[in-house]
Amino acid sequence: MGLIWDGLTEALRLIFTGDSYVYEITLLSLTVSGAATGIALVIGLSVASFLAFSAPPGRTLALSAFNAGMALPPVAVGLLVAVMLWRTGPLGQLHILYTPTAIIIAQAVIATPVVTALSAAGLQSLPPGLRLQVLALGASRWQAALLLFREARLSLLAAGIAGFGAAISEVGATIMVGGNIKGSTRTLTSAIVLEVQQGDFETAMALSFILLAVIFAVVLAFTVIQQRRSAS
Amino acid sequence: MTEAILGLRDVVVERAGRQILEVDSLDVYPRDVLAVVGPNGAGKSTLLRVMALLERPAQGQVLFDGQPVRHHLLAYRRRMAVVFQEPLLLDTTVEANVRSGLSLRGVARPERDRRVRLWLERFGIAGLAGRSVRTLSGGEAQRTSLARALVLEPQVLLLDEPFAALDAPTRQELIDDLDRLLPELEMATVFVTHDRAEALRLGDRLAVLLGGRIRQIGAPGAIFAAPADEEVAAFVGTETIARGRIRSVDSGLVTVDVAGRDVEAAGAGEPGADVLVCLRPEDIVLVPPDEAAKMTSARNRLPAVVRRVVPAGAHVRVELDAGFAIVALITKQSLEDLNLAPGSRAVVSFKAVAVHLIPHRPASPPS
Repeated sequence: MGLIWDGLTEALRLIFTGDSYVYEITLLSLTVSGAATGIALVIGLSVASFLAFSAPPGRTLALSAFNAGMALPPVAVGLLVAVMLWRTGPLGQLHILYTPTAIIIAQAVIATPVVTALSAAGLQSLPPGLRLQVLALGASRWQAALLLFREARLSLLAAGIAGFGAAISEVGATIMVGGNIKGSTRTLTSAIVLEVQQGDFETAMALSFILLAVIFAVVLAFTVIQQRRSAS
Repeated sequence: MTEAILGLRDVVVERAGRQILEVDSLDVYPRDVLAVVGPNGAGKSTLLRVMALLERPAQGQVLFDGQPVRHHLLAYRRRMAVVFQEPLLLDTTVEANVRSGLSLRGVARPERDRRVRLWLERFGIAGLAGRSVRTLSGGEAQRTSLARALVLEPQVLLLDEPFAALDAPTRQELIDDLDRLLPELEMATVFVTHDRAEALRLGDRLAVLLGGRIRQIGAPGAIFAAPADEEVAAFVGTETIARGRIRSVDSGLVTVDVAGRDVEAAGAGEPGADVLVCLRPEDIVLVPPDEAAKMTSARNRLPAVVRRVVPAGAHVRVELDAGFAIVALITKQSLEDLNLAPGSRAVVSFKAVAVHLIPHRPASPPS
């Protein structure tokens, strides 16, 4: 209990004294995971719309794959992305291994199946004739997509929250492709692992509280939007 | 001669290799209400989706203003409006729903607001404008859906069983509203329903769709009086429906001129108005000509000639010509007592309250 309490007070001290190291890694975590979630949303919503509305052959198989993808082991993803980005790998020319960009790619790979599977479920649960009704109202394909996203906003925001959660809480892939380099690729999660390895449990606990607070703040913002829209 | 606004030519729709709709030719005209009737599964909704350019037929063409529609489907779709059986409203307010089609078309705000207000009022839902659609009753939701379609002032209005999910009083109110509004508008209307009474009430023309094919199309009276084939007859029933014109109205009693005969009906109407005179076969009593004078209770006594006698289970269906076709359903005992056979004479007798008058705008097939 003492460790948890010490961690909490240390977290508050770090936040309120404006510790530059903590602010830096928190900002990087938010930027990287925000970008990864954004990519996951663009890909996930496109694929989910296609699967839900165009009913292509093999839809069940594809949805099963994305559902399974929600349980994708981050370490395996990290290894795969790292191999691709190695200097001798197929994407080695890009020279982005051990950069925030590499972390964004790895986290996007982890978050995309989550966003896709949950979005597809949300879009499929819309009334069956709604898409035709929206087109009959005179919507172009883009307008129809936006209107239907709006109708499924509760599920889609939930998909976004889950995707962001998967990205920001991820550590295995982040370390593998980012390298946990101080001032460059160190995020909240990789910093926690490092502090634990160094035996500084109090700082690790403090960073954990900060991570939880960051996740809670972002999810709270999403949820407020979600609930306000649904109430109106 | 009015040009058809929307037409189908040699349209075939297939589902899983099976042909579910085949329409050689079908046209709708401005100010024309075409009622498409048929049982469930006849292909009515598919027909409507093809007309609405929401489904591409496997073969054939959709014509708009006489020109085949090949590209720019969105532009054509924006000249039409569709109301489905389920209101399928967007999860927002009544007003935002009614506004939605205009917003999608980029109609400027002052014009948009003016039309939204107008149509909210016309459908009696102005008081619900700010309400979430989640709080609406079935009738209110369908009114919103109709207002959302009509606010677009489309050239073609397509209605897919819009009243089927409503309770009887609400359905009646909405039919009354549409019956009042449609004649004021320039658009062509296609109204799909399985309910014959609804079709008769709103349709200028009737098309009977059975098994994916239009089996008969024409004035409602003509179809009910002379079904093209047995299946159409079975679907539309063999009730007597005759066109007439109200000659006079006097204290609740309407006198209708039907093919030169006077038919008296309990009800209301305007002299000169065209009506359909509807009679249920079981409300008709047949009496021998020499006993007819003794009958005093029934207002209507028309001399007629028996054309056919058809057994119908425990009863017998007697088809007569009283200047217009009348069908009576009597017991076998009555048939024997009356000694009726084709060619024999009888007096067709029915009460004024047994006559049902349906307001009917004369069909004006423009060709």
